[in-house]
Amino acid sequence: MVKIDGSGNDDSLITISSLDKQYQRGTETITVLTGLNLDIGKGEFVAFMGPSGSGKTTLLNLIGGLDKPTSGNIIVDGKEITAMSGKDLAAWRARQVGFVFQMFNLIPVLTAFQNVELPLLLTGLSKKQRRAQVETAMALVGLGDRMMHYPRQLSGGQEQRVAIARAIVTDPTFLLCDEPTGDLDRDSGNEILEIVERLSSEHNKTVLMVTHDPEAAQRARAVLHLDKGILQEAAGGVS
Amino acid sequence: MKYLQIILKNITRKKIRMLLTIGSFAVALFLFGVLVTINDAFFAGVEMSGADRLIVKNKTSVGMLLPYSYKEKIKQVPGVASATPCFWFSGVYKDPKNFFVKFALEDNFREIYPEYVIPEDQWQAYLQDRRGCIVGRKLADRFGFKPGDRMPLQGIFLRDPWEFTVRAIYENSKQEDDTAAMFFHYKYFNERREGFDRVVWFIVKVENPETAAQVARAIDARFANSADETLSETEYISQTRYVTMVGNISLILTVIGAVVFITLLLVTGSTMAMAVRERTGEIGVLKTVGFNDTLIMVLVLVESIVLALAGGGLGLGLAKLYTLGGDPSGGMFRLFYLSPVNIGIGLAIAAAVGAAAGIMPAFNAMRLSIVDAIRRV
Ligand SMILES: Nc1ncnc2c1ncn2[C@@H]1O[C@H](COP(=O)(O)OP(=O)(O)OP(=O)(O)O)[C@@H](O)[C@H]1O
Ligand SMILES: [Mg+2]
Repeated sequence: MVKIDGSGNDDSLITISSLDKQYQRGTETITVLTGLNLDIGKGEFVAFMGPSGSGKTTLLNLIGGLDKPTSGNIIVDGKEITAMSGKDLAAWRARQVGFVFQMFNLIPVLTAFQNVELPLLLTGLSKKQRRAQVETAMALVGLGDRMMHYPRQLSGGQEQRVAIARAIVTDPTFLLCDEPTGDLDRDSGNEILEIVERLSSEHNKTVLMVTHDPEAAQRARAVLHLDKGILQEAAGGVS
Repeated sequence: MKYLQIILKNITRKKIRMLLTIGSFAVALFLFGVLVTINDAFFAGVEMSGADRLIVKNKTSVGMLLPYSYKEKIKQVPGVASATPCFWFSGVYKDPKNFFVKFALEDNFREIYPEYVIPEDQWQAYLQDRRGCIVGRKLADRFGFKPGDRMPLQGIFLRDPWEFTVRAIYENSKQEDDTAAMFFHYKYFNERREGFDRVVWFIVKVENPETAAQVARAIDARFANSADETLSETEYISQTRYVTMVGNISLILTVIGAVVFITLLLVTGSTMAMAVRERTGEIGVLKTVGFNDTLIMVLVLVESIVLALAGGGLGLGLAKLYTLGGDPSGGMFRLFYLSPVNIGIGLAIAAAVGAAAGIMPAFNAMRLSIVDAIRRV
């Protein structure tokens, strides 16, 4: 269930109402999002498209609690994340959100295993439990045999799969993917999209994905267009 | 600590930079270790001096001597427990670089220096040998002296060598390391001088350290208006005066140390700032996955402190090795010892410099906005 008219929904996982976001650059104010409303139900797979600079990344960052809106609020799973303190928000991110960015964002001096383990360090899990969870996540992205490799020893597609493993290792409620295939060739990109699709269909993760690639967007259950800070349903409608 | 791995990886990511930073700390703390040891060496005499011992000298100048007959008169002053003439002997053992302190004292040695412990049989052997001498444990170890060994000393004014035989080895029950001197019979010394019987100074043991100053005044009063007036002061004051004469060593050493540590702070501070700036994107990622600001700050601070302690530990370890190699002045110092307390102080200073160097970069890392950080990656 995805709605952009602000009419609300009882079973929505994410509820965004009257969201404004402006950036201040010196004396100049850049308005990125204006009065944005959005409801996303549990288990949805939503793709966001739109021209460069239209605010897709900004929106995703706000939903993931990486940034604060100028006004309006975001409620996720009953919690108003826009009202949380920085510390609570960090703890919330660690439990609820998995991030996958265009640039792979792995720490180069850590092995694939250690990169994936990062979010688990924040939990009370024992070393053994952490190892088990990392192994599960790495197996899920098909890299069970690459744990001890450093990012520079992996291909772009493999790095991105490690990033996905890190995003899902804490078993978060939803995944935020910002152009996850933007830097990859077609084949590696498809592999990534297949994993994301499987996470949505088999593991019932709620997925929000920004992409410039219409083929990639087609894999989503719903496609939204963002232009000049306004959300629109893509041709073919919102499911 | 599960984050240690991240910290260590961050430290070792630029090997040359890591080695340079650790090297800076090592050099600085090596210097610190050696300087405090030298400083302690200068003051060792002061700290080890007994508050219950007085030095009685000629009031006019150190070059002027006192009559031997003063000894009995001093002993009659109320509060005096014991007294001995003392002569600082400058004889050379084989080679001038084999320097150590040699005192001629009378046989009330054990009353004057109760902290020096000598086995009874050795003490008796010493008493029975006119040319016997007592050496400290450290001195004995340095030259391998055992009871019964001969020790010829070449006097500076008298041609014929002085023949001594080691009869006793003393330990120090108060300050383990202060056992580098040699003592022998004043009587033998005076014989060789053909009964010259003038004394450079007397060492006086008082009954009660609290009345030491009064006793000193009483002794000086006893000889007031005589041909040889005396100046009596506690061993402590006498030693302090000597150290002050040597120069304000502490101040010089403190200034050197401060300059070194300020330089170290600036160098490490800019290194840490650079290290954190390079990692802006990664810090953004850590925050994204849920590391909170405090944790990020702690990670940077600990990194800086670990580097500082690694370098500091290395430097202090080398300094300790250096001091174990012995007194570089060849025996001028009674004590040349890098104490565990000073090692602890050195490590604390290193950690403090590390923390101070890391605080601004850590604060910047903490304040870094996630969206700005990950945009740069
Ligand atoms: N931290 C910031 N400070 C100032 N302006 C910003 C900041 N972040 C984004 N902007 C501006 O906000 C607008 C939207 O940026 P955003 O990154 O959300 O766009 P986008 O839709 O993700 O674009 P792209 O497809 O190129 O990734 C842009 O004009 C950008 O310059
Ligand atoms: Mg973007």
